[in-house]
Amino acid sequence: MNSHIQEKRGRRLGITYSAPMGLWLTFFFLVPLCIIILYSFLKKGLYGGVEWEFTLTAYRQMLNPNFMRVFLRTLWVAALSTVITITLALPCGYAMARSRHQVMWLALVIIPFWTNSLIRIYAWIAILSSEGFVNEALKALGVIGESLPLIYNQGAVITVLIYMYIPFAILPLFTTIDKFDFQLLEAARDLGASKPESIFKVMIPNIRSGIITAVIFTFIPIFGAYTVPLLVGGKDSYMIGNIIVDQVTKTRNWPLASAFSLVITVVSTIGVIWMMTSTASERARLKAPAQVVDANGGIT
Amino acid sequence: MSTSPKMKSAAVAAKLKKQPKKTRLEPSRLVEAPKGTQGPYKLPKNQMFQDHRKFGFSNIMLVLVIAFLFMPLFVVVTYSFNASRGMRWTGFSLQWYYKLFFDSKELWRAFANSFVIAITSSIVATFLGSLSAIGIKWYKFKSRAYIQVVSFLPMVLPEVIIGISMLIFFTAVRIPLGMFSIFVAHTTFNLPFVFLLVSARLEEFDFSVIEAARDLGATERQTLMKVIVPSIMPGVMSGLLMAITMSLEDFVITFFVSGPGSTTLPLYVYSMIRYGVSPVINALSLVLILGIMLLALGFRRFLKTIAASS
Repeated sequence: MNSHIQEKRGRRLGITYSAPMGLWLTFFFLVPLCIIILYSFLKKGLYGGVEWEFTLTAYRQMLNPNFMRVFLRTLWVAALSTVITITLALPCGYAMARSRHQVMWLALVIIPFWTNSLIRIYAWIAILSSEGFVNEALKALGVIGESLPLIYNQGAVITVLIYMYIPFAILPLFTTIDKFDFQLLEAARDLGASKPESIFKVMIPNIRSGIITAVIFTFIPIFGAYTVPLLVGGKDSYMIGNIIVDQVTKTRNWPLASAFSLVITVVSTIGVIWMMTSTASERARLKAPAQVVDANGGIT
Repeated sequence: MSTSPKMKSAAVAAKLKKQPKKTRLEPSRLVEAPKGTQGPYKLPKNQMFQDHRKFGFSNIMLVLVIAFLFMPLFVVVTYSFNASRGMRWTGFSLQWYYKLFFDSKELWRAFANSFVIAITSSIVATFLGSLSAIGIKWYKFKSRAYIQVVSFLPMVLPEVIIGISMLIFFTAVRIPLGMFSIFVAHTTFNLPFVFLLVSARLEEFDFSVIEAARDLGATERQTLMKVIVPSIMPGVMSGLLMAITMSLEDFVITFFVSGPGSTTLPLYVYSMIRYGVSPVINALSLVLILGIMLLALGFRRFLKTIAASS
């Protein structure tokens, strides 16, 4: 990058400008994370806290079949919700990018997104609960006599999770599709591709980085979800987030909570690295001026 | 012939309007320039080769998803005008608004706490984050990669993890849980967003301007204050806005690091909704949604920048 000013003085200034944030994040983000790693190898204290004794108990406790079941359930719920969210968000991002009223649509996505998350979950409770909007409306219409069990089950959790995280998917998808050159679609059509073909073979590969970002930004928060399963889920919809919080506030087993947190951190970090490398390689590909298509049709 | 060129073009336009609608992708179509445009009008890039169907699959999906996003809010707002407590409509009443504004001292105290934390943490985060973005984009130095990684991870880690690690950290270093610990936590999760937004803005910044300023005799400080800062202001403002809304909104992290007497609005709402439907919360929802709408309207210029960062 030739835009950087490479002087000795400049280097010192750059460090001066960046140091406050670097130090802040080191102290209040990195150090706490390291403490978690440390705590996961220590012995549980009697009333919360830890005792300074090295042990792998926390990791052994994690293998408990109950926890494993919750872990698998969390993976399943997060994967399913992410797939549905992305499927719904893709056409939305496309329509928004093609629209003449981009700012209006953005505002319409962002307004609910900025509304307090608890208010949004609460709204779903008001809609789904046994004396909620849907049940009362159906009763008033005479469709049902008894309330339907719409809330405190897995379906409610997945619905509300999708509701909460769909803006996280729409926004990056919109941003990437907005940068996509739509003339390529026209070119594909001219060359005889059908409309779905032009979308799936031309557009989707070109907005790959946006899709990966959207997947990361929905999967990771859903994987660590805590409030949604707590407030609209039943006993059978507990997720890892709930286990961690219970270990901290109720059972007071800090090492176990730390071990679980560490697992989520590792999973998230792998996801982020995947996202960053794929974005970087795409950027490199876009920056390369000319690509040679070899005889097999692959790009070299 | 007495037909003026004006009439002629009107006739052409009318002829074109009569053409039947085509459903295929159309490369060339006569478009009217929006009112007030001067000079030749060029279509925005995303409008070229537009798919002219208004009711195409993606448009219908978009409308449905937006409806899905607003439906719960709409229900809650409607029932805030309900005369009775439950979700059975019994008549129009403003009593819950009366209760919200005149009979909810604790709620407003929580609101004040939220407000203080949002303002202080977002200002600190915006200042530090912008400064760091300038430093990283402008100069090359060794620890750049470190800062970039450290500023990215907090954005993607689940909130529960950040909350727990902060709780354990504050307990370990004996910082009492309360307003100060919430302020620290909020600044920490706001910093990366501000940094990202300002960096994105700097990405578009033309660095030759800096050299020009230098050549014209500007000092380092003058370059910073009179050239760089004004041009990254949109990024800084959207960072500030984002930080304020995220701080006002946060529940999970605050839940872990708050102590007695430092209840924020989301914590208060949480304590209320644990006991089921509360009409005062319905009324509060409308107030908050209106506030957010005003905010989005006031900052509509920055919405695209914000979308790009999240």
